[in-house]
Amino acid sequence: MSPRRRRAAEAAPLTRPGADRGFGGLRRRVRSARSGLRTRLVVAFLLVAALSCGTTAALTYRAARNAILEQTQDTAVSHFRDQIQGLDLQLPVDPNSFQLRLQQIARQGKPRPWRVYAEYGSMRLSSSTSPTSSVITSELRRAARGAPRGSFQRVVGGGHSYLTVAVPAVFAPAPGAEARPTGLVLYAVMELDAEDANIRAMVVAARDGALPALAVALIPALLAARSVLRPVRDLRRAAHHVGEGRLDTRIQVKGGDELADLARTFNASAAALEHSVAELRAAEARARQFASDVSHELRTPLAGMLAVTEVLDEDAAHLDPDTAAAVRLISAETGKLAVLVEDLMEISRFDARAAGLHTDEVDVAETIRRTLLSRHWTDPAQVVTELPTGIRARLDPRRFDVVVANLVGNALRHGRPPVTVRLTTEFRAADLSSWLVTEVADRGPGIAPDVLPHVFDRFYKADRARTRSAGSGLGLAITLENVRLHGGTVRAANGPSGGAVFTVEIPLTGGEDTA
Amino acid sequence: MPRVLLIEDDPSVREGVELGLRRRGHEVRGAATGEAGLALLGEFRPDLLLLDLMLPGMNGVQVCRRVREDSQLPIIMLTARGDDFDVVVGLEAGADDYIVKPARTEVIEARIRAVLRRIEEPGAGRPAVEFHGELAIDRTGLAVAKSGVRVALAPSELKLLLHLSAAPEQVFSRQQLLEHVWEHSYHGDARLVDACVRRLRNKIEDVPGTPRYIQTLRGFGYRFGPL
Repeated sequence: MSPRRRRAAEAAPLTRPGADRGFGGLRRRVRSARSGLRTRLVVAFLLVAALSCGTTAALTYRAARNAILEQTQDTAVSHFRDQIQGLDLQLPVDPNSFQLRLQQIARQGKPRPWRVYAEYGSMRLSSSTSPTSSVITSELRRAARGAPRGSFQRVVGGGHSYLTVAVPAVFAPAPGAEARPTGLVLYAVMELDAEDANIRAMVVAARDGALPALAVALIPALLAARSVLRPVRDLRRAAHHVGEGRLDTRIQVKGGDELADLARTFNASAAALEHSVAELRAAEARARQFASDVSHELRTPLAGMLAVTEVLDEDAAHLDPDTAAAVRLISAETGKLAVLVEDLMEISRFDARAAGLHTDEVDVAETIRRTLLSRHWTDPAQVVTELPTGIRARLDPRRFDVVVANLVGNALRHGRPPVTVRLTTEFRAADLSSWLVTEVADRGPGIAPDVLPHVFDRFYKADRARTRSAGSGLGLAITLENVRLHGGTVRAANGPSGGAVFTVEIPLTGGEDTA
Repeated sequence: MPRVLLIEDDPSVREGVELGLRRRGHEVRGAATGEAGLALLGEFRPDLLLLDLMLPGMNGVQVCRRVREDSQLPIIMLTARGDDFDVVVGLEAGADDYIVKPARTEVIEARIRAVLRRIEEPGAGRPAVEFHGELAIDRTGLAVAKSGVRVALAPSELKLLLHLSAAPEQVFSRQQLLEHVWEHSYHGDARLVDACVRRLRNKIEDVPGTPRYIQTLRGFGYRFGPL
């Protein structure tokens, strides 16, 4: 007999470890992106603040510095020129009296006293001890010769800055004629220390103002980053919730910016998703309810029919052969229909999660022996048992009976006898759990690899051409559900020496307590 | 042959079951409603009541309670749904056993026989009336009295008490009790035992919550005493 209908599936653990990893990775990525976003926002804000502070300070500094310096140099230049014009000179000059004169001019320097130097040909005179000054540049000398009104230059030397002014002495001009230079050039050198100090004070003031301003700017920067990031965080959390299956998650939308638009789009998508999932679930529930209702409705007429099948069977002997055959067929099919409806009802209860576990502590070997005995599977040529005594477990005896009966029945139908029923216990060091292991093996051709994943599917047919077998087509599906209800697993495989092996593993220390 | 009253609203089920049981020699009367069935009780005097739980008007559980008020008539529920809730409610109401529809006549008849079967006669040398604490159990007369007052027990309750008290202090698993008292040869429903024990305790124990006569051994089953 070929195995035309085998159902099984690896009772694979239903949780996928990969799913969890995926979420964790997402969370990590989102977190790093969020802190990156915050840092970037704050840095950008501070850069803008620093740039505007710096620019303002720089422009103010430049304007103020120029104003200070210009005022000083204008006063100095015009005053020096006035002094020079008021200098009643007789050429050639007498060095001694001229030096006295220079000292006099130096004392009258404005806004501060200055040192005055005079150059005439090779003669060098000054108001101070040194006849020449190192800060008077040749550039200024050249400019002085070309500018009878005088010229000036700011020079930095020896850590100080100086204002140097050069005014050439001219012959008193005749009216309407151009003044002629006398060849005598007078220089004034004034230290700009006071102005430098003022300017330095300004720089310090700008710096002392800008740095606290930048620090204060950090607060609005953080606030702004927060206001941008809060919607992003809400969105992330909501997306995570939706991913976890909480489809009624919505985001509170505030304002009308791009982030609010995004939140609105998210809400609309979540609502649409929730709606379609609800529709799918409702459709699935309707389909299950329909199957459940159909089996309920079939039961009542079947109850009447099944009660009279005996009458048909008994009287068939006295009928003419055709009628007898018809009557026997109806009787036999009624019985099968009753089993099918019973199995459908059972599956419906599992689907509706209405199946309960009524556990009792039992001697498992004894329980299996009873199952075999009540089905008259007692011939050693049919069923061989390896049932060690003394294994007690908390089981639902009725459901465990269904599990064993379905597996042995399936093995007898599709495999070849003798069918071996082996009972063992297994201790798993990994999680310190003890398991009850029930193995049902046959000596048949085994299960084809492409069929193996489907043997526990409902109404699964390995061979589509053959439509019906002795079973309801639900036996192994019911077995799977019953084992799951016990917190266990069932798997189908091919044994090392051929033949199908079904292994049921049920935790020995689990289950619901009802006694 | 036993007289069976069948209360079932669906005509085809009623006719089918009647036909099947009559063929096996039972005298069967059918009623379509609970009210009609209760009316027939006095006149027909059945040995057993086959009762559908889903009935129009007065439902099966109510009929069951009504019958139990003044009668120890054996009751087997027919449940169309086999849902846990129905079974439990029916057993609490006082039914002795239940059959899930659809069922073959041979199954129905086997249950009827089991419920009606009298417990085995006491062995030789055993007194007809045993005393356990305040309980007096008359094995021949099939009667139980507590402190001299007769206790009305349903057939399953009586059989369970007789079985347990025949071997005081011996522990019986639920499965063993199902086999001996209910004659379920396959893995029966342990809730039958639990519900029957609960009903029995309500009738014979002083404090049903802390039982003296019918004691529970967690994980193993029940025993009678020790007192």
